[in-house]
Amino acid sequence: MSNTPVNNGRRRFLTVATSVVGGVGVVGAAVPFIASWNPSAKAKAAGAPVEVNVSKIAEGQLVRAEYRGKPVYIVRRSKEILDNLGGFDDQLRDPQSAEPQQPEYAQNPYRSINPEFLVAEGVCTHLGCAPSYKKGDFAEQVEGVDYGFFCPCHGSKFDMAGRVFAGVPAPLNLVVPEHSFPTQDTLIIGIGKGEA
Amino acid sequence: MLANLMAWIDARLPVTEAWNKHVGQYPAPKNFNFWYFFGSLAMLVLVNQILTGVWLTMSYEPSGDGAFASVEYIMRDVDYGWLLRYMHSTGASAFFIVVYLHMFRGLIYGSYQKPRELLWIFGMLIFLVLMAEAFMGYLLPWGNMSYWGAQVIISLFGAIPVIGDDLTTWIRGDYVISGATLNRFFALHVIALPLVLVVLVFLHILALHEVGSNNPDGTDIKKKKGTVPESEQSKFKFHKQYSDKYDIVDAIPFHPYYSVKDIVGVAGFLILFCWVMFFAPEGGGYFLEAPNFEPANGLKTPEHIVPVWYFGPFYTILRVIPDKLLGMVGMFAAIGMLFALPWFDRGTVKSFRFRSKLHFLNIAQFSICFIVLGVLGTLPASDLANLIGRIASLGYFGFFIALWFYSKEEKTKPVPERVTK
Repeated sequence: MSNTPVNNGRRRFLTVATSVVGGVGVVGAAVPFIASWNPSAKAKAAGAPVEVNVSKIAEGQLVRAEYRGKPVYIVRRSKEILDNLGGFDDQLRDPQSAEPQQPEYAQNPYRSINPEFLVAEGVCTHLGCAPSYKKGDFAEQVEGVDYGFFCPCHGSKFDMAGRVFAGVPAPLNLVVPEHSFPTQDTLIIGIGKGEA
Repeated sequence: MLANLMAWIDARLPVTEAWNKHVGQYPAPKNFNFWYFFGSLAMLVLVNQILTGVWLTMSYEPSGDGAFASVEYIMRDVDYGWLLRYMHSTGASAFFIVVYLHMFRGLIYGSYQKPRELLWIFGMLIFLVLMAEAFMGYLLPWGNMSYWGAQVIISLFGAIPVIGDDLTTWIRGDYVISGATLNRFFALHVIALPLVLVVLVFLHILALHEVGSNNPDGTDIKKKKGTVPESEQSKFKFHKQYSDKYDIVDAIPFHPYYSVKDIVGVAGFLILFCWVMFFAPEGGGYFLEAPNFEPANGLKTPEHIVPVWYFGPFYTILRVIPDKLLGMVGMFAAIGMLFALPWFDRGTVKSFRFRSKLHFLNIAQFSICFIVLGVLGTLPASDLANLIGRIASLGYFGFFIALWFYSKEEKTKPVPERVTK
């Protein structure tokens, strides 16, 4: 090798040039393999918005809707529940909903567009279990609070605005999905306020 | 006739040469004890998993609609389908039992130390791929625990800042765990990961034969050429790759001595394995969990989600850290520490037999913590369990930290030149 007439500069240039072009080719060839893991058109279609008629929901009642395979809890909150919401902010991890767990239009004390209705994904923000609705007997978990959600998996607790209590494994408030009320009785999950 | 055929082949492919180098004339220390069964047993279980796995795919239907029913079909309608499935599911747990014991062997006898670091790393990679294999395989029956177990583990990636949510959607191929997730896990479980696993096992053995097997005394059976008188050397003929470079003492050829001895281990193993397979295939709810006998249901979370027992230790570390991201970091760090074990141990004496009392106690507390973490991983969370889990996690990580500090100046006993009687 050493005594062969080799143009080292040229060889190096060709090596680098071939490697770069080949590398670009590899990256390009990787695209279909990686992109094929994205949700298919079918999966995207199945994730389309969901319409719910809320006129038949009684006060304090929880109704489940399914949006993108996840349970969405819809609760018609009574005046008593709403009035109680501000009373235990010091026990909450994020009482002002500072973390972006909700659309901007729901970043208010009730975490909803329409204070009467809580719309939140029934998916614990710890590891994705479904919190149970404790209707009237939540005081077993948090003294003085009658309504809330309790996750049976690892004991996380949420209030009636889906806000997480401090000192539990779940780090964040329940997710409030994009939603809107095109009419008084119709709730659409998946289309935000002002988008439709 | 047969000799001619062998000669014909050998001239074209070094079959006899490879046999002698790796089996017939491979020098293995003569003092292997029962701890040395678990390497060959792991190979046996691997063969079992591949064989039964291939047969299961013949009747299994990888789809969200058909998976659960097809497993029941295998259990009830396919001739011996129940046996093939129980061989596979019991094999999964057996795999982790023998691999954990195999790793423990390496730990107490210092088999990870120089010059066996790469051998240890290959072993750890095998362990990692095995965990991925087991995790993905557990989704395939499409039971409710399959579903929620996968839900919990995949949602871990959501804790990664910025890209977390998109990453989990990409992994699932859907907004929730669905048939799309099942199908890709199936592909990885039956094709991609087994291929990687087999290649890694091959490299693990190649690396082992390059540096030679350690032994319970941690002595070197390969001495510098010309330093051992003929009468002291092993009387067996070893492959020239070993005997040209070294004077070999205290060694016997792998075949027939250990090949036969390993068969004794296989017999003992199969007795236990078959007992579980025939009389307790669900392993008391630890090998096959009760909620997995109902189909996957995204709207119904099992009472408490527990991983299969072999993930217990790492799951507990994840769970006792009260922060999702840090919990995940802690869990992966626990595995990362094992990878780095050869560099945490700065000592030169391998076997615990000749190391300090402190080292013995450190290994003991590590083993206890590991078992405690494993048990906690299968129990529901409670304040007490979290407290114990945190202490055990400290013990787990403390093992490596302490080892790094004391191993440099450790008070050890002199290591004998030859294996002990």
